[in-house]
Amino acid sequence: MEYKVSKQAKLTAITLVVVGLLSLFAGIALDHSHHGVSGRIWANLLADGYFFFSMSIAAIFFLALQYVAEMAWGVTTQRVFQAIMAFLPVGAVVLLIVFFASSMHWNHLYHWMAEGVMEEGHENYDKIIAGKSGYLNQTFFWGRTLVYMAVWFYFANWFRKNSIKEDKLNLDGSVSPIYKKAIVKSVLFIAFFAYTSSSSAWDWLMAIDVHWFSTMFGWYCFSGMWISMMVVAVVIVQYLKKNGYLKEVNSSHVHDIGKWTFAISCLWSYLWFCQFMLIWYSNIPEEVTYYVQRFNDYRGLYLGTFFINFLMPFFILMSRDAKRNGIFLIPVALVIFVGHWLDVLIMVLPGTLFEEGTLGLVEIGMFLMFSGVFIYVVLNSLSKAPLQTKNHPMYDESLHLHH
Amino acid sequence: MSDKTIYAIYDDDYVLLESAKHLVGKGIHIRDVFSPFPIHGLDPVIGLARTRIAMTAFIYGMCGVAIALTGMWYFMIYDWPLNVGGKPNFSLIDNIPSFVPITFEFGVLCAGHGMALTYFLRNWTLPGFKGRNPYPRTTDDRFVMEIHAEDSKLSAEEIVAFIDETCVLEIDEK
Repeated sequence: MEYKVSKQAKLTAITLVVVGLLSLFAGIALDHSHHGVSGRIWANLLADGYFFFSMSIAAIFFLALQYVAEMAWGVTTQRVFQAIMAFLPVGAVVLLIVFFASSMHWNHLYHWMAEGVMEEGHENYDKIIAGKSGYLNQTFFWGRTLVYMAVWFYFANWFRKNSIKEDKLNLDGSVSPIYKKAIVKSVLFIAFFAYTSSSSAWDWLMAIDVHWFSTMFGWYCFSGMWISMMVVAVVIVQYLKKNGYLKEVNSSHVHDIGKWTFAISCLWSYLWFCQFMLIWYSNIPEEVTYYVQRFNDYRGLYLGTFFINFLMPFFILMSRDAKRNGIFLIPVALVIFVGHWLDVLIMVLPGTLFEEGTLGLVEIGMFLMFSGVFIYVVLNSLSKAPLQTKNHPMYDESLHLHH
Repeated sequence: MSDKTIYAIYDDDYVLLESAKHLVGKGIHIRDVFSPFPIHGLDPVIGLARTRIAMTAFIYGMCGVAIALTGMWYFMIYDWPLNVGGKPNFSLIDNIPSFVPITFEFGVLCAGHGMALTYFLRNWTLPGFKGRNPYPRTTDDRFVMEIHAEDSKLSAEEIVAFIDETCVLEIDEK
């Protein structure tokens, strides 16, 4: 069945953008920070850009995982994940604008990009940062960034295009050749993504706190993007089912997506805690600064985010019935969606706005605007193809999923 | 009504499942099924309630968490405070991150063992207990239904006749 973006959905998206804009303007008018409001806007653009962009790449990853693991149950919901991928170009453009502005010194998100930081004798000279110049330099940074985005975009595009092409094949009972190719592509993508999901998180987020480093940071970001994407899929599936689409998706499919949500939120909590505990325990000055800053200036938000993102899904989604029921799934999904956005926000704000970062009108406005655009882009992409793939060899098996 | 126990022996799980559906449709109550492995989709057919083992696992896990935290509070904070890496040794809450891994592990340990023991005890299959399966081959390649004539309104003869309609391997009456 073809999906059409309903007027109501369009209106919701537009309302979100308009309310977001109003909130943003109000926030700008009311801003009295010492650094000026522009730094705050850039920081928010980076946080929101990364948050929404990362969901689209997590969707490619999950799709690739389905091919590699020959996951049959997911076939009936494949198009949902393909739709989430559609935000990739939009998010990439936002991030590229932010990075370009950083390179041109229009903002000061990345201290290592500032003038003279790597130059001996300059007043901004910082020996520790200069020691990282082999990795953190403009040429290499831009090279990496462009390679990540180009390769990810290539894979997203390939999966989407070929999945639609597969629908039109006339197979006569033979296994679709595209399916076999997709497995190979998926393996390649996952191998590439294994490195680049980590290194992109270092380059774009960890480099904000340039003196600090954590070997768990990449995994932590990866699990964060995965769970955020998963809850989006939960909500879209529920939304479509409620409107009479996705009849092929039964409660067992919903249960499976719910199980993933439960599992990945535990993975995220585990990684959050591991990173925290190892640094807390060893108490090395250059490592703890990151947490000292967050505990001093962002205590409530920082700890609150962790507990909500961990305990909400853990206790509510633990039972089997909750994982099958939209009444439980949707509230949990929406709350931890906001929770993981806050998580990304608190990765960015302390290193860019220091003690002045807050959760204010600018932050909320920007989030609503991005959400509106995200909803529109994803639903629009959903409407561009039938909601079910046709010639996937495991489609039939997926239809009969029952447990 | 006679108190007769009828065993219907099958050699395939799917055949047994289909036969069970057939028999239940005729109003026959199947008291139990013995099989080498769980038969997918059988429980609702023969009217078994959903297992509550998950609930017990949760309770055991929470008990484990409570025991671990109480224990560590007693050992490490109250009875004999140890200075480990300069961490606050006078308060549980300030020191909680270092106790989380053990608490988690102990929770899992208790949940896992508690659940397994409850399961064995409930089924009476702890080591040393006498096996209660009527046909030892149900641990290998046979699938057996146990039907008590007193559970249904039909007579034993009628039940046997209905079982005969299915692809049954052997019918045993005791």
